[in-house]
Amino acid sequence: MVRPWVPAEGIVEDLGDRDTSSRAARKLALRVFLAVVAVLFTLLVIAYAGRMAYEDWRPAPQLKLLWANTFVLILSSVALQWAQYSVRRGQMDAMRVGLLAAGAFTVVFLFGQVLAWRQLGAMVYFEMTNPAIAFFYLITGLHGLHLLGGLVAWGRTVAKVWGDFDVAKIRHSVELCTLYWHFLLGVWVVLFGLLFSGNNLDILLKLCGIR
Amino acid sequence: MSSVAHDASLFVPPAEVEEVELYHPKTFVGKYIWSQDAKIIAIQYAITAIGIGLVALVLSWVMRLQLGFPNSFSFINPSNYLQFVSMHGMIMVIYLLTALFLGGFGNYLIPLMVGARDMVFPYVNMVSYWVYLFAVLLLTASFFVTGGPTGAGWTLYPPQAISQGTPGASWGIILMLVSLAFFIIGFTMGGLNYVVTVLQARTRGMTLMRLPLTVWGIFMATVLALLAFPALFVSAIMMILDLTLGTSFFMPALVSMGQQSGHAGGNPLLFQHLFWFFGHPEVYIVALPAFGIVSDLLSVHARKNIFGYRMMVWAIVAIGALSFLVWAHHMYVSGMNPYFGFFFATTTLIIAVPTAIKVYNWVLTLWRGNIHLTVPMLFAIGFIFTFINGGLTGLFLGNATVSVPLSDTMFVVAHFHMVMAVAPILVVFGAIYHWYPKITGRMLNDTLGKFHFWVTFVGTYFIYYPMHYLGMMGVPRRYYAIGGTDFIPASAHFVNEWITIAALIVGAVQLVFLYNLVWSYFKGKPSGSNPWNATTLEWQTPHTPPRHGNFGPTLPLVYRWAYDYSVPGVDQDFIPQNVPPREVTRTSNKT
Repeated sequence: MVRPWVPAEGIVEDLGDRDTSSRAARKLALRVFLAVVAVLFTLLVIAYAGRMAYEDWRPAPQLKLLWANTFVLILSSVALQWAQYSVRRGQMDAMRVGLLAAGAFTVVFLFGQVLAWRQLGAMVYFEMTNPAIAFFYLITGLHGLHLLGGLVAWGRTVAKVWGDFDVAKIRHSVELCTLYWHFLLGVWVVLFGLLFSGNNLDILLKLCGIR
Repeated sequence: MSSVAHDASLFVPPAEVEEVELYHPKTFVGKYIWSQDAKIIAIQYAITAIGIGLVALVLSWVMRLQLGFPNSFSFINPSNYLQFVSMHGMIMVIYLLTALFLGGFGNYLIPLMVGARDMVFPYVNMVSYWVYLFAVLLLTASFFVTGGPTGAGWTLYPPQAISQGTPGASWGIILMLVSLAFFIIGFTMGGLNYVVTVLQARTRGMTLMRLPLTVWGIFMATVLALLAFPALFVSAIMMILDLTLGTSFFMPALVSMGQQSGHAGGNPLLFQHLFWFFGHPEVYIVALPAFGIVSDLLSVHARKNIFGYRMMVWAIVAIGALSFLVWAHHMYVSGMNPYFGFFFATTTLIIAVPTAIKVYNWVLTLWRGNIHLTVPMLFAIGFIFTFINGGLTGLFLGNATVSVPLSDTMFVVAHFHMVMAVAPILVVFGAIYHWYPKITGRMLNDTLGKFHFWVTFVGTYFIYYPMHYLGMMGVPRRYYAIGGTDFIPASAHFVNEWITIAALIVGAVQLVFLYNLVWSYFKGKPSGSNPWNATTLEWQTPHTPPRHGNFGPTLPLVYRWAYDYSVPGVDQDFIPQNVPPREVTRTSNKT
């Protein structure tokens, strides 16, 4: 029988091996936030798939530009990975290059997404009451907003990497940015692959357990 | 995990918990308005939530006046009746209960109970409150815009919610949806704080399995909320787009008043799934903190350890996980596949298992306890009765075959008010009577407290017991007037009058409670630091009310769980969590 007051009394457990620093807290907070964001996009994917299953579904036209945008977003993630690699090895110039390149690629990606919006808006297929088109704008918009939020954190980090700075703090910030960018790249690859790169209805329905 | 047996001769390592840099403001505005102290933020949350909750209370009075005495009040018409119903529900569930349990009690109790100086991100915590306040103001603004607030019911189902003819279908619904979106953004900021503080900022010795159940309840409810609110968030955004940009996420092709609506291809059921994917966990977002708090109240005031602590923790976790698998039991009449109905009825009934474990453990905690019938204890016991009653009718409604004929009747209203309105609010009252001495340094008036308890507890039974019978007779919910419907006997009108009178009395008694809060703040008996002789860390602070930073120069070291009451062979009636074994006086060697 467990009697908590007997074995537990006088034992000071959990000493020293738990990282209680504010950095660990920030990293944990980001991971929890990413879980929340993952739920948000998962629900949108399920909603999209559920709507696709109806007979009157009219797919949105495919945009080749999205392939190029995806490539640019991969480049931004690679650049941040490079920045993280560099800061861990103490190569600050390379870290700065990686950071700036990542920001630039991200801006290009967002610009590309806006272009894709405009391309779709100019097509004869464009019809706001078509759920496929409305979902496209909603999902890409929300993804873009998350990247914009990431750019705020990125901007705060970039502002600190000139002159004298605390390397450990910058390393931590770069690591958090990298994690966030990789996550949003993963989200985009799933969204693009499942929803916007062709008619993947069967795969989607199987994934969602609908068929 | 390293473990160190601790006695007088043993060296305890220096603090491993990194000292946080707290911002200590000097001005009144910095201390009490733009405060980053979780305790002040908690009070800000609580005052705002109670303030808007009072608005919802008045709305419920007006609704009851119409139902009890139809056509007697010229200021109530069918449109604004629906608006009062809708705003009452949404305010009570989201803006009062969720905000009060998580933003109020969460902020006050988590750092103190886990032995932290503050939340891990105090600035984000402060912003969380101000975003919440903004959401409340947006919601309140909807009373003053053209067309008034939304009258679509708290579930906001499209297409009705945004179709012309529904009260508040233009500005009211937009303000509601935008307010919800801001509420969720604000909550996410706070929620990240609560989760990370529990996982990351516990003091030395405070293992997860030594946390008071209050913290476990609030922690798990926060996890649920973080994972469930995104569903409400996306559905709010999608509905705003349907209304403003003419998209058709939820809006099918409609012909209204002989005119095409301009929408085509939307799926209203999608909204119901998204709403209830949030909506059912929401029940537990409100219930789990209440479960946790009531466990601690029972233990402290019965001077007995909580029965089955580990089981209680795992029951909280199990209820949280299961709550995501039952949402469609709110949609039995939506035309779903009967196999789905069977699945959701089964998962719904499975939840009764961990829930019943908790109820048994509460009762077994009281068994042979040294029960002190203090005001917090009265509310805690009142909660057990009410929760059992509300839970039992949940068994009826969880079964698809029984639920279908009872759908949209007053039976449903009676059920959910008992289980997720009255039961949690009894815990809120119990908790306020319990922790008020720590928050203010003064006791609440006992006589007024007992008066408040008895009228509230008995009064709610006068309101909701008869309401079950109305539901079984077929009296529908949300109707402005039931008129001369044949299947509803004349006696139903007498019952409605009775319920209205009881509701007015119960509502009025809450003013006595508010008076007690204010009067005791100035004139209440000084409480000392630990008036209930409780073991948890918030009662061991060097100052009452605790100052910014909570614990003075050094953080407490935790040696034991939170429930060392009436320990066999020990002189003291209770042993606080931070008292080392060498300071415990034993009457014999037996433990």
